[in-house]
Amino acid sequence: MLSSAATSITVVLIVFFLFIEGAGVFTKKPIEEGFLLAVHSSNPIKKLEPSQIKDIFDQKITNWKQLGGKNVPIVLFRTEDITEFYSEEELGENFENFPAKIDEYVSNTPGVIAFFSDKYKTQNFHGRELEINKIKIFEFLSGEEWFPTAQPIAQMGVKALIYGTLWVSFGAILLALPIGLAAAIYLSEIARKRTRNILKPLIELLAGIPSVVYGFFGLVVIVPLIQNVFGLPVGETGLAGSIVLAIMALPTIITISEDAMRTTPRAMKEASLALGASHWQTIYKVIIPYSASGITAGAILGIGRAIGETMAVLMVTGNAAIIPHTLLAPLRTIPATIAAELGEAANGGLHYQSLFALGCILFLITFCINMLVELVTNRGSHKKH
Amino acid sequence: MITKEIRLAKQKRRNQKIAFGLFQLTSYAVVGLLFVILAFIVTKGIGVISWEFISEMPKEGMTQGGIFPAIVGTLCLVFGSMIFAFPVGVLAAIYMNEYVKDGWMKKIIKQMTNNLAGVPSIVFGLFGMALFVNKLEFGDSLLAGSLTLGLLVLPVVIRTTEEALKSVDDTFRQASLGLGASKWQTTSKVVFPIAFPNIITGLILSIGRVSGETAPILFTVAAYFLPKLPTSIFDQAMALPYHLYVISTSGTNIEASRAMAYGTALILIIIVLISNLLANALRKYFGKKVKMN
Repeated sequence: MLSSAATSITVVLIVFFLFIEGAGVFTKKPIEEGFLLAVHSSNPIKKLEPSQIKDIFDQKITNWKQLGGKNVPIVLFRTEDITEFYSEEELGENFENFPAKIDEYVSNTPGVIAFFSDKYKTQNFHGRELEINKIKIFEFLSGEEWFPTAQPIAQMGVKALIYGTLWVSFGAILLALPIGLAAAIYLSEIARKRTRNILKPLIELLAGIPSVVYGFFGLVVIVPLIQNVFGLPVGETGLAGSIVLAIMALPTIITISEDAMRTTPRAMKEASLALGASHWQTIYKVIIPYSASGITAGAILGIGRAIGETMAVLMVTGNAAIIPHTLLAPLRTIPATIAAELGEAANGGLHYQSLFALGCILFLITFCINMLVELVTNRGSHKKH
Repeated sequence: MITKEIRLAKQKRRNQKIAFGLFQLTSYAVVGLLFVILAFIVTKGIGVISWEFISEMPKEGMTQGGIFPAIVGTLCLVFGSMIFAFPVGVLAAIYMNEYVKDGWMKKIIKQMTNNLAGVPSIVFGLFGMALFVNKLEFGDSLLAGSLTLGLLVLPVVIRTTEEALKSVDDTFRQASLGLGASKWQTTSKVVFPIAFPNIITGLILSIGRVSGETAPILFTVAAYFLPKLPTSIFDQAMALPYHLYVISTSGTNIEASRAMAYGTALILIIIVLISNLLANALRKYFGKKVKMN
């Protein structure tokens, strides 16, 4: 009794832990804990968006005017810069004058934006601390930049990762669907029983090969191949990921579509043939429409498997977190991001939580896909009976 | 008029031939792909495999020596996850198939099992880290890794066991109940023994699955390099798939450890292939035997 509930309990626990950790992202500010950003007290700007702060520190924004402030050039200041302005004696032997000197520097520099630790903030600090917004769900989903450990401010935009995941997965399905369908048609309708009994287990064996072996194969064979064929600087591209995923999705698509085609009632086939239709006409006018729901289910499941696949993709796609415009460039998917970064993320920190939030997104996508498959197969079976 | 029809018929037949030929070619190409992958790894890896490779510790930044600790680690993980997943999964399937009547509850449990099967393996990794490693404070350990992998294969065990139980003819159940056996006696003395070979098939398939999974063990147990074998369930361990991943992507000297990578891939493939072939052979063998009864 209890054990039959084990799967349900597990699903509930997965949802619980994933979302508890993932939701933490939206309760935090994207600045490292214990640090603050301050400006000169005369600066009219009170609030900045994370992306603006990043642009400032990347020196893409160089004047407060660009942010709606006064026409003053922006002066960047990080804690370690203090030594440029004050001698070691002034700062004190044990840096005991640090806070006072930072305060002095900030109040003397009208265009300053200073990034330093809380503990260097004096009691009567003359600058003004900038307010930083918490990360909003909308920003998280629509942000285009993923630099979760960037200083001074983390960029948590998952758009590039979502796009990367979808590009690779749909590329894979585009490759695998025609091949898989052709093979399924051959196996269910054309091949002799003996041929089928040999081929089908072999195809199912493809599903048994571990994903890390596919990744390795992709890395040593497909990646160099793509590099040479297209004359690219690197072969680690979305296309390499799509090809590897297509190979991995083939068994799913073939097995499920073949099963669906074989459920076509014999009477239907015979009726079609008796009316003078050729075997080929029977296949694409009778059998394929009849098994359409099964084929769709196979394709959707294939996409689901591709979206969640981690290791193979991690090893061949190059992991560049930029929005892809072509499959011939490196890209990065959600699962690969989690796998690559979780090991370095501090437990319970913002980065850690943001990876769990990615896990939530992934879980929701695959959950929806499963539901969709259920819907498609149910509708198919209702129609038939 | 007649010649036109004949021509059309001929054309139709020719089109069909071309289409069918194409389909046949595609199917063989898919199978060919399997052989290309296998042949590639076998030819590159066979030269690396030796007794030393299987029985020795890695040396010189994992460019020399063997992969013994990784093999042991994977065996431990397979054993640990099966100890958890097999009894739970089999009991769940028996309960579902023999005791629960069709209804909303069965539907929900079925749906949940399907959903669990669809959860990406990296999400299992996240979950295992959050629950076992951090919340229950097992740390990176064989225990945490085994439990994570066990949950991952639970749906596989449940499904194959259910299939096995379903394939037991209802007349066996009726005969047993008719002779006055209780429901539990029928299940344990009649249904289970007949279904047992197919249940074992499921077990072997799950072993193949567990030994190849990487993502769930990344953050729950796997160690980059450990010069000693695990001594307790709270130890970290190396594992074959993770070993292959690290030495092919982030080793200290990727080119120098390529040979080791081929060898590791081959060992991994051998384990998976053997478990698959064994499962197939068993299914065929017992499939015949049960029918004869």
